[in-house]
Amino acid sequence: MKQLLILSGKGGTGKTTVASALIKLSNAKAYADCDVDAPNLHLIMAAKTDPERRDYYGLPKAKIDPKRCTACDRCRESCRFEAIIKDQDYKVDAFACEGCGVCVAVCPVNAVTLNPAVAGELMLHTDKNRVFSTAQLKMGSGNSGLLVSEVKKQLKTAAVQTELAIIDGSPGIGCPVIASLSGVDLVLIIAEPSVSGLSDLERIIKTAGTFQIKTAVCINKYDTNRRKTAQIEDYCRENEIPVVGHIPFDPLAVEAINNGKTIVDLECPAGEATRRVFARTLDLLLMDSQNSADAD
Amino acid sequence: MRVAVLSGKGGTGKTLVAVNLAAVAPTPALYIDCDVEEPNGHLFFKPENVRKTEIGIKIPVVHGDKCTGCRQCVDFCQFNALAYIKDHPLVFEEICHSCGGCVLICPGSALTEKEKVIGEVQMGRSGRVTVKTGILNPGEASGIPIIKQLLTACPAEAGHLTFIDCPPGSACPVMESIKEADYCLLVAEPTLFGVHNLKMVYELVKLFNKPFGAILNKCLDKANPAEEFCIDQGIPILDRIPFDQELGRLNGDGLIAARESEHYQEFFAALLATVLKEAGGAP
Repeated sequence: MKQLLILSGKGGTGKTTVASALIKLSNAKAYADCDVDAPNLHLIMAAKTDPERRDYYGLPKAKIDPKRCTACDRCRESCRFEAIIKDQDYKVDAFACEGCGVCVAVCPVNAVTLNPAVAGELMLHTDKNRVFSTAQLKMGSGNSGLLVSEVKKQLKTAAVQTELAIIDGSPGIGCPVIASLSGVDLVLIIAEPSVSGLSDLERIIKTAGTFQIKTAVCINKYDTNRRKTAQIEDYCRENEIPVVGHIPFDPLAVEAINNGKTIVDLECPAGEATRRVFARTLDLLLMDSQNSADAD
Repeated sequence: MRVAVLSGKGGTGKTLVAVNLAAVAPTPALYIDCDVEEPNGHLFFKPENVRKTEIGIKIPVVHGDKCTGCRQCVDFCQFNALAYIKDHPLVFEEICHSCGGCVLICPGSALTEKEKVIGEVQMGRSGRVTVKTGILNPGEASGIPIIKQLLTACPAEAGHLTFIDCPPGSACPVMESIKEADYCLLVAEPTLFGVHNLKMVYELVKLFNKPFGAILNKCLDKANPAEEFCIDQGIPILDRIPFDQELGRLNGDGLIAARESEHYQEFFAALLATVLKEAGGAP
């Protein structure tokens, strides 16, 4: 399975807008939303039927039995996450607890236990041979990187013989992004021509580079700041990163999304540009497999 | 008074609002950029006299000569950051949460800790605004220790206004950023995605019992799904920022609208007054 991951560094540059259009254009049979703490792809791409749902258990949470607790304070002293609160009784702040188990280890009277905790929900939409894997992190939970790995695992298990998978990623460069990068063949970065957009682009390219994953860039709303667009192009040229297209600012694109449609479902300049982005991105993905076939 | 600016969805205008509010503050203000994965506020403030402090976390080191191969550390680690390979425990630094458990549990004192730098905090001045920025090094998984450092080293001084620019999403980095806030400002944009993510941060601020209000950004003359959501849920709408290409241009070029244009100076000063009134009194 070839995996194409859409990332951006900066939020709101158009990841989901482009990802949904590419899914439509490629008629992809497998796709996923790895932005587990603010997922949106399902708003455009969800199947008509209800998804299969299952609870996701993250790391366990500590619990203190007040009947056994002797208030020796060792758990509070040892906790690096400031998750033990000394009130009338000793309590665990479940938001702060990372489930490391240090409190359990130091407690001399076995008053502390680790208990399983639901940290989110995994959803699998299947419809006409298509598989769509997504999840929602529970409000107030951590461990988003682990849930991202589960979303990808669920996709792989459900879509064994699919050639292409398109994955919508999350903003930033931290654990959810790093988890989404594993096993990916090409990262398409949606860049925005602004001072912030350029700075964030450089940081996500560095991050993908750390894991030696091939990247390409698409500049969205390129006509809102042509000088910054030129700077992004220069940066990509210097770093030998292909620019696969420019999408114009297009009020019709917002309308399409607000109506639950992709931007290639109607005729609009942004949709036209995205078709070209799709063709070049696919070339890059296939070129890669050609090269590896030659190497074999 | 500490005001956190958050949005769920990225790119709705968190940094725009946080930076401009700090820029129009009548008293010395503090701007803290907690979006340590992609910090941008400093690109607007261009602070001077910047002091940099490295931020490190503690990572275990194995001393092979003392290791008896009991594997208790490997069994203890909930994060699978230790593995026993070729008669030797191996540390996977990227997934270590620095809980210190393995060091604590090792019966032979074969584990100690070393400091590993994961990023830095920069502090400088821009006019009357003190600018604090957390920057996570690319390739590092968690910026939480940097966010903690950003927020602990700045007690809320009486009469001072602090603006906390939060990361997107609603997961742990956002929770950490709003923990100490007195008021949460939700920035929403009029799109289907914007509303869906607004709903998440709305639930988050309720869960944390924070007082909050919304600012609607990029408003057009058309129906605004974010506005409808706020009205339905009874979320106070503090102000509306109209969609404006000039504002987009200033922002895209890294300029602070309130410092460049009289119109936006007045606009954000009025917004700040509304926020302070809503948040309960004087700065």
